[in-house]
Amino acid sequence: MKPAPFDYVRPGSLGEALQALAGHAEAKVLAGGQSLVPLLSMRLAAPAVLVDINALPDLDHVRVDAAGVRIGALARHARVLADPDVARVQPLVTQALANVAHATIRNRGTTVGSLVHADAAAEMPMILRLLEGSVDVVGPSGRRTIAAEDLYVGPLESSLHHDEIAVEAFFPALPANTGVAFAEIARRHGDYAMVGVAAVVTVEGDQITSAKAGYLSVSDVPVVVDLTETLQQGGDPGETALALLEPETDIHATAEYRAHLVRVLTARVLTAAVENAQERV
Amino acid sequence: MTEKTHELRLTVNGVTHELTVPARRLLSDALRHDLGLTGTHVGCEHGVCGACTVLVDGKPMRSCLMFAVSAVDVEITTVEGLAHQDGSLGPVQQAFRECHGLQCGFCTPGFLTTITAGIEENPDPTEDEARDMIAGNLCRCTGYQNIVKAVCRAAELKAQGADR
Ligand SMILES: Cc1cc2nc3c(=O)[nH]c(=O)nc-3n(C[C@H](O)[C@H](O)[C@H](O)COP(=O)(O)OP(=O)(O)OC[C@H]3O[C@@H](n4cnc5c(N)ncnc54)[C@H](O)[C@@H]3O)c2cc1C
Ligand code: FES
Ligand code: FES
Repeated sequence: MKPAPFDYVRPGSLGEALQALAGHAEAKVLAGGQSLVPLLSMRLAAPAVLVDINALPDLDHVRVDAAGVRIGALARHARVLADPDVARVQPLVTQALANVAHATIRNRGTTVGSLVHADAAAEMPMILRLLEGSVDVVGPSGRRTIAAEDLYVGPLESSLHHDEIAVEAFFPALPANTGVAFAEIARRHGDYAMVGVAAVVTVEGDQITSAKAGYLSVSDVPVVVDLTETLQQGGDPGETALALLEPETDIHATAEYRAHLVRVLTARVLTAAVENAQERV
Repeated sequence: MTEKTHELRLTVNGVTHELTVPARRLLSDALRHDLGLTGTHVGCEHGVCGACTVLVDGKPMRSCLMFAVSAVDVEITTVEGLAHQDGSLGPVQQAFRECHGLQCGFCTPGFLTTITAGIEENPDPTEDEARDMIAGNLCRCTGYQNIVKAVCRAAELKAQGADR
């Protein structure tokens, strides 16, 4: 099917873009279009106005320093994935991005777009939650920073206001003594995962001082579970996670299979993250 | 009510075209219907099958997930632009012919564009890398084996013809 008619603007400055958004309650931002255009073509969305942000200046940056990684709203997934400094300072961003769609989609889709699209089946929203990153947005009343834990309010729903534009995402650097790992099971590499899990573990000698895992495609929002106590007390981390998750049956996998994948992948990423932490001491 | 239209210029295979289209015209439809370049195929129209893949500034992208109005500042290459200047087959096309990489041909334009960019980035792909390169394209006929062979053969042909 084809999209329903809409008015289209391609502003050359952030101010004009904000004005265009403010001018219409049914205006929507168009970034890479890799999630939005399918929704339009299937007529699951029919905004009155599309505000194309692809011609805005100074938003395609990837900046890395000791604090972490800053990704501009027009930086494509492919560009962030290929950046060696990103991989060095926050390897989990790179590991997860390699699992976002196929290369062709990554050439156009933006990482910030994926973050604010807030799909529970997407990799990057879960990673932002797990790493406690944030997104900077600009609206009529200026710029504000939304912490990841406040960003995801429901299925496909972020706390961005309709007249705000996300300009930059921040992923904190990986500290010393801390390791990460990512694993997902998809029907084919590059497809949306049936379940994906990432872990961040901090060690002191042989002791695990902190362990957290993030889950995608299990509940209808990205979920982060603290597994520190469970591991310190010799418990079963998969069961701790499942107590907080709500695996559901859909066309891709049954709830039982998802629960099974949660158990298997939780154990797998925790082992790998501990090893990674010990290498980084 | 008549729909508002936009006048724009698209650069496709080195030629600049002027066209007048509504904002909702997908790039795939602009190429096929407005410019008559029917080499670009449309399968799923939501980004999954890869048949519509074109090169945008040399990088493969889904033309069904772009609007023509937002493709104004870029150079587009379609399958029609992959042959040599003299009209002979380009290395990827030649490799598909030699390796029997197509049957019905519906998916082929998307594979040819994707692989053209793929061997530019990785001039000597292993079989695994070849599979990864084409993982975003669906083919209902071939079973992919000959397409994987064609990727490796195309890389060889390209290296041999590097001076063309
Ligand atoms: C075949 C296929 C497979 C895919 N597989 C995966 C996958 O495995 N994992 C995955 O994570 N993703 C996947 N995707 C989605 C892809 O990652 C998208 O690129 C991403 O979700 C959205 O980024 P975008 O720039 O394309 O945003 P758009 O599609 O342009 O926008 C998406 C939404 O976010 C809003 N938006 C975008 N940018 C901003 C901004 N700066 N400020 C305010 N609002 C904004 C838009 O208004 C819209 O509502 C897939 C897509 C396709 C077509
Ligand atoms: S037609 Fe564009 S990906 Fe299928
Ligand atoms: S050759 Fe028929 S779909 Fe690929």
